[in-house]
Amino acid sequence: MDYIVDYIGIDRKIPVVATFLNSYDRLVAIKARWAINRNDYKIPPGIYAVGNPDEKANVFVTANYKLSFDHLRSNIAGMNAWILVLDTKGINVWCAAGKGTFGTNELINRIRSCDIEKLVSHRKIIVPQLGAVGVSAHEVKNETGFKVIYGPVRAVDIPSFISANLRATESMRTVKFTLSDRLILTPVELVGHFKYIISLLVLMILLGGFKNSTFSFNDMFDSGIVVTVSLLCAYIGGAVITPLLLPWLPARSFAMKGLIVGVAISIVLYFAQLTGTNIIESISLMFIIVASTSFISMNFTGASTYTSLSGVKKEMKTAVPMQLIFFLTGLLTWIILRFI
Amino acid sequence: MITYIKNVVSLKLDVHICTGCNMCINVCPHNVFLLKEKRAYITNIDACMECGACQLNCPENAISVLSGVGCAAGIIQGYLKGTDPTCGCETDNCC
Repeated sequence: MDYIVDYIGIDRKIPVVATFLNSYDRLVAIKARWAINRNDYKIPPGIYAVGNPDEKANVFVTANYKLSFDHLRSNIAGMNAWILVLDTKGINVWCAAGKGTFGTNELINRIRSCDIEKLVSHRKIIVPQLGAVGVSAHEVKNETGFKVIYGPVRAVDIPSFISANLRATESMRTVKFTLSDRLILTPVELVGHFKYIISLLVLMILLGGFKNSTFSFNDMFDSGIVVTVSLLCAYIGGAVITPLLLPWLPARSFAMKGLIVGVAISIVLYFAQLTGTNIIESISLMFIIVASTSFISMNFTGASTYTSLSGVKKEMKTAVPMQLIFFLTGLLTWIILRFI
Repeated sequence: MITYIKNVVSLKLDVHICTGCNMCINVCPHNVFLLKEKRAYITNIDACMECGACQLNCPENAISVLSGVGCAAGIIQGYLKGTDPTCGCETDNCC
């Protein structure tokens, strides 16, 4: 726990945490973004101190995911404050709130078990706004007497929120989805779809060795290059290009955005003569590319900050059958070509 | 902000029982609500992502929304397991 720099308190020991992030913290952030041991970055729930807080100091609530905790502590540098860490099973505030672990009951129980009543003389607690998905402010007030004040969406706005007397402006309350927000999510998309694309790639490379029902390593090598290029482009198209181009792709549904990217990739590969020599084989590969890119792009709805359950259900109703038909038609045609 | 699919959102607000406490405006991440003459109104329904924060924080129970995760992988996972759509990552305890 190298983020703990000291302990304060008379009747109990409360850890004081650093407000600067060291190289280990930064390394963890990079690893988490690449989904490496992502479920293993938990902070022990409980109460922590920043600076030298007294009974008038603000209480900030956060999740016990290290990235959430690090965001908070690094953005309240120079303040004297308390941090109340809820047990969200190592999940960030918004996702945990959606699951209910960053929720009314956990907050009520944690306020009680950490004796916040004795720690501060006021009765206000600052909860990140995205936690409101799981926290009912009036219930917390009824049960504990603490008034929940929703802070800004982004921890970086906390200093301005504090100087504005705990008032969040409209821009502080609004979730955005900027190019850099989207870029930082692409590694997880790449890692998440890796095993599926690799399985498909291995299958197609092995089957690619067949020509007129006879296997040869030369054929496997030749067709392997074509297949690898096609699948890699589809994978990057869905996991990186669609997320980055999101606002500019002329469709609302993510599956359609992905379809546009898939068609564009297919056209480029076709004219670069990277889809094989046989026209039917080229078309079957294009079907596979378009279906894969569309499917991977559709899964980016989960990472986005603005898609509704009703909307995703609606787009899936037409997109999933389309993707399945494209994919199976493409793959079966491509396989049959090896054996006739 | 980018707009998602239109005319699908399940959000409803009963203006008559609204007391204008402002909580829905405070918690909405997409500025769906507006306060006019001490009552909240839905002004931008297509921006709603059905997160459910407004419903949970409305002391008068004036808001209803079928909230859930707008996540294709989660919907597929829920469909395969026969549960509600859940956050769809590789393991059960991540998001």
